[in-house]
Amino acid sequence: MFTSEQAIAWVKETAGVVDEHAQELTRLDAAIGDGDHGTNMARGFRNVLQRLEDLSEPDMGSLFKAVGMALIGKVGGASGPLYGSFYLAMGRELGEATEVEDDRLAAGLRAGYDGVVARGKAQLEDKTMLDAWHPALEALDAALAGGKELGGALDAAEVAARDGVAATIPLIARKGRASYLGERSRGHQDPGATSSHLIVKALADVVNGR
Amino acid sequence: MSVGLVVVSHSAKVAEGVVELAAEMAGEVRVRAAGGTDDGEIGTSATLIAAAIEAADQGDGVLVLVDLGSAVLSAQMAIDELVGEELRGQVRISEGPVVEGTVIAAIQAGTGSDLDAVDQAAVAAATMPKVKG
Repeated sequence: MFTSEQAIAWVKETAGVVDEHAQELTRLDAAIGDGDHGTNMARGFRNVLQRLEDLSEPDMGSLFKAVGMALIGKVGGASGPLYGSFYLAMGRELGEATEVEDDRLAAGLRAGYDGVVARGKAQLEDKTMLDAWHPALEALDAALAGGKELGGALDAAEVAARDGVAATIPLIARKGRASYLGERSRGHQDPGATSSHLIVKALADVVNGR
Repeated sequence: MSVGLVVVSHSAKVAEGVVELAAEMAGEVRVRAAGGTDDGEIGTSATLIAAAIEAADQGDGVLVLVDLGSAVLSAQMAIDELVGEELRGQVRISEGPVVEGTVIAAIQAGTGSDLDAVDQAAVAAATMPKVKG
């Protein structure tokens, strides 16, 4: 079971870790992009926190919609519409629910992932955030299908996301500004995959009470 | 009535400057700027773009001119998710260059041309000779 309270805690935890890791994200982005991913994400999530204050006991649909709208207006870079699409699509999938079964949370995350795919039209191994999300969601589904509790399943997803991030290092970027670098994008960890891992980790930490 | 134009740039100043330039050429056409983020930082904002599209619309469609990168994603998001449903099918993102394309498109729109013709004019601006007449 996953509740709106946990969803709010997840969003707040995400805002915290994005802020903590802003310099690292920006440094990764400076190597192969335009060097603003950390600052942009931190700015977006600061606005998310402000918007949360205006919501009283939101259902998941309105919570994630508010997150998505904040990100698309404030982030500025491509991660704005991409993460915006993630949260908007997840909000649409979960609708007015204030608590959902584990597999519905997984379906919500999957809908968010599909939203990112539809918006960005990237393929796996293009060195994007999909390379963290895809293995994470596969691991989550497999763990839940195998009878794991949500906390354990999300830990498995977090490990898979982290491995996915590491696996972006040898890839050649085929999307976004990093793709202009071609071969020279090899050897660098993708900043979008890195921030996606932070989001998955925040969810696992909140559900596991860490 | 004419096709409306929206100028999307990572810089609010660039977007406003292009609008100023286009207005000089074809003052009767609605050209709206959507540059920078909601806070005026460098970047693009789907919410600002959607508002500009609504403001530029007079019923004949809206052509959106974009600079690069996230401008395209933000404009697509604005059209797919944020503008009114009745308007959605009448908005197009142009392949044309943002400065020359907007100016030429404004002139074309001022003649009462439809969205197709205005977009074609914007795209053609990319290969318009400047030095070699």
